[in-house]
Amino acid sequence: MKNLFKSILFSIIFLFYAFSSIAAEQSNKLLDPGWSFKGFFGKFDRAQLQRGYQVYTEVCAACHSMKYLSYRNLSQPGGPEFSEQQAKIIASQFEVTDGPNSDGEMFTRPARLSDKFVGPYANDQAATAANGGAYPPDMSVLVKARKGGADYIYSVLMGYEDPPSDIILDDGVYYNKYMPGNKIKMSKPLMEGAVDYVDGTITSEEQMSKDVVAFLAWAAEPHLEARHKIGFRAMIYLFIITVLVYFSMKKLWSRIESKV
Amino acid sequence: MSDHEYTPKSKLGKWFNDRLPLLTLSNHLQEYPTPKNLNYWWTFGGILTFCLITQIVTGLILAMHYVASADLAFGSVEHIMRDVNYGWLMRYVHANGASMFFLAVYIHIFRSLYYGSYKSPREVIWIIGMIIYFLMMATAFMGYVLPWGQMSFWGATVITNLFSAIPFVGESVTNWLWGGYAVDNPTLTRFYSLHYLFPFLIFGLVILHIWALHVPGNNNPIGIDIKKPSKDTVPFHPYIVIKDLFALLIFLIVFAFFVFYSPNILGHADNYIEANPLVTPAHIVPEWYLLPFYAILRSIPDKLFGVIAMFAAIFVLVILPWLDTSKVRSAIFRPLYKQFYWFLVADVLILGYVGAMPAEGLYLLVARVATAYYFLHFLVILPILGAKEKTLDIPLSLTEPVLGGSPNEAMIKEKKDI
Repeated sequence: MKNLFKSILFSIIFLFYAFSSIAAEQSNKLLDPGWSFKGFFGKFDRAQLQRGYQVYTEVCAACHSMKYLSYRNLSQPGGPEFSEQQAKIIASQFEVTDGPNSDGEMFTRPARLSDKFVGPYANDQAATAANGGAYPPDMSVLVKARKGGADYIYSVLMGYEDPPSDIILDDGVYYNKYMPGNKIKMSKPLMEGAVDYVDGTITSEEQMSKDVVAFLAWAAEPHLEARHKIGFRAMIYLFIITVLVYFSMKKLWSRIESKV
Repeated sequence: MSDHEYTPKSKLGKWFNDRLPLLTLSNHLQEYPTPKNLNYWWTFGGILTFCLITQIVTGLILAMHYVASADLAFGSVEHIMRDVNYGWLMRYVHANGASMFFLAVYIHIFRSLYYGSYKSPREVIWIIGMIIYFLMMATAFMGYVLPWGQMSFWGATVITNLFSAIPFVGESVTNWLWGGYAVDNPTLTRFYSLHYLFPFLIFGLVILHIWALHVPGNNNPIGIDIKKPSKDTVPFHPYIVIKDLFALLIFLIVFAFFVFYSPNILGHADNYIEANPLVTPAHIVPEWYLLPFYAILRSIPDKLFGVIAMFAAIFVLVILPWLDTSKVRSAIFRPLYKQFYWFLVADVLILGYVGAMPAEGLYLLVARVATAYYFLHFLVILPILGAKEKTLDIPLSLTEPVLGGSPNEAMIKEKKDI
């Protein structure tokens, strides 16, 4: 048994080492508003995701695409869980190009559940050109594509400040406490009251940032709830079978004059 | 291999076995006499077999949905994560499985180093193992390229550029590897092809590795030759099988923790940004398991010699059985070697750490010292130790130490006055 503990201890030290070598220095401590989806039993808050979608579609979507999501995702379990009818209505507000039809012509039609989110620009170059040379990144996996994840995106949204006197910013460049290099080409996106929440939640900057980041976290990891749920079951199962196998092993090895 | 002739009980079994002795093989694997004093460090062979099979099975399923194309690869991975049933599970098991595979293989290798399992008559097992390790690194590297994220692209660019250091033909070789003048679609498709092939080469080598192991039999913590079968051994089944299973389950708990609760912590956030040849990431770092070699590569100011040093770092491991000339296998009876062993472990961990840091200032200095020490350990310290070290008395059989309550550390420490 002593050897076993030693093995486990070493493995833990090794893993810890693997972590620490990856997690490099973090200059500014990121804000953590307390996410419902963190931790072993973390789940998304449906109402929050629905509000977050509203912020995304009314504010962020003016520049940021979300090309890996489909409208049907909005009504899938583990997400904002709009009703299918609601998701259909949401989709129908967007126009997509389809075709060619039997005459060989392309045509536009309202989007369906199976369509991907319609982006604001025709292509990346158009997006870059329209935003002063800075490409507004696609938001489908943005939370996973930034070190610090949800905390980082939230911090950037909350990190707009007046620049210190010794920093002179060009036109169209803004000061942000949490952005690497402190310079960002996106103007402060969320002003108080930027959207009108259907459920009457106050639209403070903090509330909107939190909601939209939760939505982005779901968009980046749409199966997070299933993962946590299956993970918990897998862990319980593994613990039980490990204990059973341990006692079977003890029993078997008791025939041998040796310790396991 | 078998110490006694095996005859199947049934007539049909006998008929079949005379034509293809699969039943003899199965019997051999069950009866295989294994030293009974093996500790938990010996369970990683089984764990590694499990890892390889897991990677092959999950990889097979991922390959059904993945599209190897510079334009579509990133999107197809997102398709797997979002739309394929349990695709997220397959991909996270596969991605974290690679890390767990390396975690296990490093423990397996360092176990060999501690107990001298590479020494006569097990050199061939060791060399096959090193080839497996090398192929694993190649496979993992190419697998990391497939999602076609920023780290995939730039990692591939950095590593394939190493070959341009070869004198005269470097550039041609690099272009040949790329299938063009830069890392692009042809590079991705050939990496995909090879990433699919290599695991099966590894699988074949694993069979040879085990075959070669079953000729002399397992080494053991005492490192002495044991009579087989005897009171010192137990049949592989059920004694070792159940012990390996228990260790595997503990390993699986750690594995599952990563997959279900922090599946991206061992990866790099930049790899969720689609590859862009026009934007270079701030720091290009390989996966954690390649970091020590990356540190060695960067610690040499000259590109060609850096590459040579990196490959030499693996090559010294291959010739280790002839560098370590000590007749005594286990570090338990080698007081000086034991110390240097732990220095080496620390050295490799330091190399891994500085490999993740920018190659400048103090980090670079530390990397250089650690690189020098790495080679010093294998090329100077081990041969000298082999000649000069005064080793402790070795027991004649396992029964003696096992029944006598030794080798317990306390008893050995008393004799340690050297």
